[in-house]
Amino acid sequence: MNADWFTPFNIVIAGIIGLLGVGLYGLLIVRNLIKVVMVLQIMVKSAVLALVLAGQLSSRAGTAQSLAATVIVADTMVAVVGLAIAIQVRRRFNSLDVPDISTLRG
Amino acid sequence: MDVRWLYLALVIGCVIFAYRTMVSQRILVSTLYLAGISAMVSIMLYMLGAYQVAAIELSVGAGLVTVLLVFAISVVGDDAYDPPSIIPKPLAMILVAGVAILLGLLALPVAAKHTGVGAVQLSGILWEQRVLDVWIQMALIFSGTLGMLGVLAEGKSRQRSGLQTLTEIRGEVPQSELYKKIPLGQEDDRLPVVVDQEAKEVVWIKEGSKKSDEEVKA
Repeated sequence: MNADWFTPFNIVIAGIIGLLGVGLYGLLIVRNLIKVVMVLQIMVKSAVLALVLAGQLSSRAGTAQSLAATVIVADTMVAVVGLAIAIQVRRRFNSLDVPDISTLRG
Repeated sequence: MDVRWLYLALVIGCVIFAYRTMVSQRILVSTLYLAGISAMVSIMLYMLGAYQVAAIELSVGAGLVTVLLVFAISVVGDDAYDPPSIIPKPLAMILVAGVAILLGLLALPVAAKHTGVGAVQLSGILWEQRVLDVWIQMALIFSGTLGMLGVLAEGKSRQRSGLQTLTEIRGEVPQSELYKKIPLGQEDDRLPVVVDQEAKEVVWIKEGSKKSDEEVKA
C-alpha cells in the first residue's frame, strides 16, 4: 500500500466522506421519523469529525474544537425536539411515516 | 500496532454501523448501532487530540441521545414498519456517489497541508475568544428543554381533556400491524386514538367509557 496516501488524516477524511454518504443515502430513502433523526445524528457526527480534523490541519484546533462542541449541543437539541415531535406525531396520526404527516393539499 | 490500522478499523466500523443503523428492522437495534458509532467517533476524536470534544461526544452521543431514543421508542413502540422509499434507490446511490466523489476531490488534497498543532487550551478559547458559542449553547439547551416540555405537555393536556390512546388503556406498546392509515377526510377535532384494523374504521375512545377489547373490535 502506498505510504504517502495511507496517513491518519486521509483515513479520517475517507471516514468522514463515508459517514456523510451513508447519512445522505439514509436521508433520501428512510421514511420512518425516528430513523430520520438517527440518520441526521450520523451526518452530524461526520461534521464534528470534519471540524476537528480541519482544526488540526489548519493549526486552529481550539477554535475548531469549540465549534465542534457547539455543533454537538445543537445536534442534541435537534434530536430532543425531533423525538418529541415524533412522539406527538405517532399519537396524533398513528404513523411515523413522513409522507403521512403532511396535511398539505393540492 | 500502527495507529493507521486502528484509524482504518474505526472508520470501517463506523461506516458499517451507520449502514446497519439505516437498514435494521428494529429501531432499538438501530439505536444500539448509533451508540456504537458515537463511541468509535469519540475514540477517533481522542486520537486526533480533541480530548474534551471526545468526552462530550461520548457522554452526549452515546449516553444522552441513546437514552432519549430508548425513551421515545418505549412511548411510540418499536415500530418495524419502514415503507419503501419514494426516491428510487439507484438514483439515491448515484446522487450520494456524486457527492462523495466531489467531497473526496475537494478534501483529500487538504490533508497534504498539515502544519502541526501544539497544545490546545479549549477552556481558555471557549471562555475568552468564543464566549458567544458558550451563550449559544446555553440558549440551545434551555430552548430544547422548554421545547420538549411544551411538546410533551400537549399530551398531558390531551389526557386531561378525556381522550386516551390505546396504549394508555390497554397498557400495550403499539406495533405497526395494529394500526392502519387514517383515511383522509376523517380528521376531527378529537384525536384519532385507535384505529382498529378489523373494524376498518377509526375508533374514538374517551375517558369514562373505557371499553373492553371485544367492545372496541365490535
